[in-house]
Amino acid sequence: MKFSYFPGCTLKTKAKQLDVYARKCAEVLGITLEEIPAWQCCGGVFNASRDEIASKLSAVRALSAARDAGQPLVSVCSACHNVIKQTNAAMQDDGEFASHVNHYLTQPGQGQAEPYYGETEVYHYLELLRDVVGFDKVKAAVKHPLTGKKIGAYYGCLLLRPSGVMAMDDPENPQILEDFIRAIGGEPVIYAMRNECCGGYMTLEDKALAAKKSTAVLDNASVNGADLLVTACPLCKYNLDKNGKNDLPVVYFTELLAEALGIKE
Amino acid sequence: MQRIGVFVCWCGSNIAATVDVHAVAEAAKLEPGVVFSTDYQYMCSQAGQNMIIDAVKEHKLTGLVICSCSPRMHEATFRKTAANAGINPYMVEIANIREQCSWVHKDMPTGTEKAIILAKAAIAKVHLNTPLTPGESKVTKRALVIGGGIAGIQTALDIADAGYPVDIVEKEPTIGGKMAQLDKTFPTLDCAACILTPKMVDAAQNENIRIISYAKVEEVGGFVGNFHVKIRKKARFVNEDVCTGCGLCTEKCPQKKVPNAFNLNMDNHRAIYIPFAQAVPKVAVIDPDYCNMLKNGKCGVCAKVCTAGAIDYKQEDQIIEEDYGAIVAATGYNPISVEKFDEFAYSQSKDVITSLEFERLTNAAGPTAGKLLRPSDGEHPHTIVFVQCVGSRCASCAGKGKEYCSKICCMYTAKHAMLVRDKYPDTEVYVFYIDVRTPGKNFDEFYRRAVEEYGVHYIKGMVGKVTPENGKLKVQASDLLADRQLHIDADLVVLAAAIEPDKSARPLATMLTASMDTNDFFTEAHPKLRPVESPTAGIFLSGACQGPKDIPETVSQASAAAAKVIGLLSKNTLKGNPCVAQSDELMCNGCSSCANVCPYGAITYVNKEFRMPDRTTKVRRVASVNPAVCQGCGACTVACPSGAMDLNGFKNNQIMAEVDAICK
Repeated sequence: MKFSYFPGCTLKTKAKQLDVYARKCAEVLGITLEEIPAWQCCGGVFNASRDEIASKLSAVRALSAARDAGQPLVSVCSACHNVIKQTNAAMQDDGEFASHVNHYLTQPGQGQAEPYYGETEVYHYLELLRDVVGFDKVKAAVKHPLTGKKIGAYYGCLLLRPSGVMAMDDPENPQILEDFIRAIGGEPVIYAMRNECCGGYMTLEDKALAAKKSTAVLDNASVNGADLLVTACPLCKYNLDKNGKNDLPVVYFTELLAEALGIKE
Repeated sequence: MQRIGVFVCWCGSNIAATVDVHAVAEAAKLEPGVVFSTDYQYMCSQAGQNMIIDAVKEHKLTGLVICSCSPRMHEATFRKTAANAGINPYMVEIANIREQCSWVHKDMPTGTEKAIILAKAAIAKVHLNTPLTPGESKVTKRALVIGGGIAGIQTALDIADAGYPVDIVEKEPTIGGKMAQLDKTFPTLDCAACILTPKMVDAAQNENIRIISYAKVEEVGGFVGNFHVKIRKKARFVNEDVCTGCGLCTEKCPQKKVPNAFNLNMDNHRAIYIPFAQAVPKVAVIDPDYCNMLKNGKCGVCAKVCTAGAIDYKQEDQIIEEDYGAIVAATGYNPISVEKFDEFAYSQSKDVITSLEFERLTNAAGPTAGKLLRPSDGEHPHTIVFVQCVGSRCASCAGKGKEYCSKICCMYTAKHAMLVRDKYPDTEVYVFYIDVRTPGKNFDEFYRRAVEEYGVHYIKGMVGKVTPENGKLKVQASDLLADRQLHIDADLVVLAAAIEPDKSARPLATMLTASMDTNDFFTEAHPKLRPVESPTAGIFLSGACQGPKDIPETVSQASAAAAKVIGLLSKNTLKGNPCVAQSDELMCNGCSSCANVCPYGAITYVNKEFRMPDRTTKVRRVASVNPAVCQGCGACTVACPSGAMDLNGFKNNQIMAEVDAICK
C-alpha cells in the first residue's frame, strides 16, 4: 500500500534516525512511503500561531499534494503530525480559514489548481502500525524481540492533544506506544508523567524550567523501573537528553522497531 | 350550520399589548357561522367563564373559539366551561394568540393581523368539529416500584400505608441501594444503616409490599391504570422461602476469591454470599460465574452444610407476570467510571480511590472494619487530598464527563474531610474545589464547621496531575486564590466522581415509553409543576433517576410520587382521551404502515368480511385501533398511504380547513 510521506525538517538534520528507520521498517512491513516532492517546513507550533494563516500554508500544500496523489498522508514527528492534523481539521471545519487559505493557494503561480477542504486522511506512523499494518503483523515480523527490556513510552503533549482533533488515543491513559512496545517484545512500564510536557520550546527562554520538566519525566520513569524511554518527538528527545538531570537513555521508537525487525546497522 | 361564539382574551397586557383584541373580535364577527364575538381581560377567570356560559345560553351557541394562551395551559379549563354550559367539551377550539403570536411579535399591526388569521383558522375548524365522548377504563389497584433503594422503599411504604398493594422489583439480591453502602449521612452525621435498615425491615414486613429481589422488568404493555408487566426473577440457586439467612454456607464455601461488589471489589466474599449483614431479604445467593458446583459439578459444600435444605443448584429463572395501575421508576444512580480521568492515576495506584470506596473504607462493616487504611499497604494515611468535580461541570470533556453539577459531592466531601479530622487529628486534609455548593438546610453551616472547627484545607482550584512515585502520590494542583501552583505529597487521593443514572434506566424508559433527557435522566411532565410524573400517563419518578439528589430530597420526592400514585389508584375508572385514531375499513388495504409507525402498539389487524358490489363476500385484512392504548399522536394518519386513518378531533378535513383559512 502506498502513502504520501512528510518527513519534516528535523528529520533531515538532527533526527535522522527517526526518518531513516521509519522508511526502512515501512518497506519491510509492506508499506511504500513516497516522500512528497518539494515539501516545506510544517509551519511549527500550531497553537502558538493560531490565527496566522501564512504559517499553515505549507501544511496545506503537503495535504493537498497527498490528495492529488490519491494517497493518505503519513508523518512521524509528533510536532509535524500535530500541525498537519490540526491544520487539516481547520480546513474541514473553519470555513473562513479555509477560504482565506484556498484564495491564496489557488492564485496563479502557487501551483495549486483545486481548493482544498481537508479531504486527505492523515496518519501518524504509529497509527499506520496499529491500524493499517496491525501490531500482530508487526509482532510476526520481529526477528530480534527486545525480550526483558523495560521500556517507558514517552508521549509528551503534542502526540495526543487536542484529543478531539488528534483522535489517536485516550490523552490521559494512552495505550498505543505500550502496545507497540509489546509488539516488539519489550515490557512497557506505565508511569504517570508519560503524557506530561518535556518543557518544549521553553528551553530557549528558561533552561531551568525545561530542565525541571524533563527531569521530572525521567525520574518518574526510572523510579517505576524503566531502562529506556521511547519517543516520537525530536524536541522531547532533545530536552530529555540535554536538559534532563537523569541519564536514562531516550531513543526514537523507529530505532527500536528497526532493531527488532533486524535491519538496524 | 354551527352557531359559533368567539371569545378573545387580553391576558392582561400579555396579549392586549401587541394585539388589538377588539379588532380581532370585530373581524371574527364577519366569519360565516359566527353569531357572537367579544373580548375580555381574563377569559380564564370566573367572570370570563361565566360570560362564556351566558353567551352559549343566550345565543344558542354550538361551537366555541377561545383566542387566548396555548391549549397546554387552558384547553382543559375551557372544555370544562363548555360542559358547564351544556355543550360537548370537544366543540371548543383554542386559537393560541399568546405564545405563538403576541409574545413573539413586537408591533401591534403584525400581531393583530396574525391573531385574526389564527382566529379564522380555529373558526374554520370548529365548523367541522363533532361531539366526542371519552371512553372509560378500569384501574388495577396495584403499583409497581422499579428499584429498591431508599427512593423505591419510601415510595412503596407510603403506597402500602394507604392500603394498596405494591411490588418492589430490585436488580440486586437485596434492597437498600446506594444508601446501604454509605457510612454516615450529612448534615447530621447519623449512620446510614441505622436509619435505612429499619425502613428495609418495614418494607419486608408490610403485608401490602412484595419484594421481588434479584429481578428485572422485561416487558411492559398496556397503559395508565392497566399496565401488564413481565418480570424476570433470576435464579439465586437458593430457595428463598426455606433459607434462614444463618450464613453458615457463606463461611464454608471453598471458593473465596469472588470480588465483593458491595465493598466495591476492595475485598472478596465466597461464591455463595449474603451481600451484607442487614440484607433484605436475608437470603444467600450463589454467583454462578464462580461456583464450582454450577461450573463443573464438583463441590456441593453449601448444600451439605445447609441445615434448612435451601440450596437448589437446579433453580431456574422465574417469570412473574402481573397487572399494575401505576409504575414508579426509582432506578437511582451510579458514580461514573473514572477510567477516562487518568490524570488522577486511578488505574495506576490503589491509593487513588473514589468517594464511594472511601465510604466503604470508613464503614465499620467495610473491608477495613472502619479503620482508615491505605489500600496499597494497610498503613494509616497522613495526608489526604480530596478532588471534587471529577467529571462534573465538565463541558469541555465531552464523552468522558458530565456537563451538570452532581449536587451531592460538595456535601459528602465536607463530611469525609470532617470525619477524618475528627477521628485522626494527625492527618492533613486538603479539598480542591471549583465552587463549594451547599444550598440545603444546615448545609452551609456544616461546611463551615469542616473549615473552621476541623481545620480542613479548602483550596479553590483543580488538581492537574497525580504522579505515583516511591509510595507517595505527588499531587500537582493550582491554588487560584493565591495564584500559585501547589505540590503536595499525599498518601491517599479521593475522587468525587460525577454521578450518572443507572445503566438500566435507558432500556427501562424505552419499555415504559417514558422520555429521558440527553443525560439519561427521566424527564418530568413539568419541571416545576409536575416534578414527580413522567409525561407518559401512569409513570411516576422517584429519586435520583430524575436528577442528582441527596437523601432528604430523594425521600421527599419518593413520598410525592407515592401521593400521586395513591391519587391514581383511588379512582375506580379513568376517562380516556377521545382524540384517538380511527381507521376507515372500506379504504384500509391492510398494508401495516400505520402499525409500523405506532409508538404505543395500539394498532392490530383483523380479518373482516366485506360485501362486494357483485354481492359476493370477501375477507380483507384491516387495521383496528385500540382506543385505550392510542395516545392520539397522529403518526399513523400521515403514514397511511390510502388516507384511511384519521384522528378524531384532528381529522384530515379539519386540518385542511385550517390551512385553507390561513391561506385565504
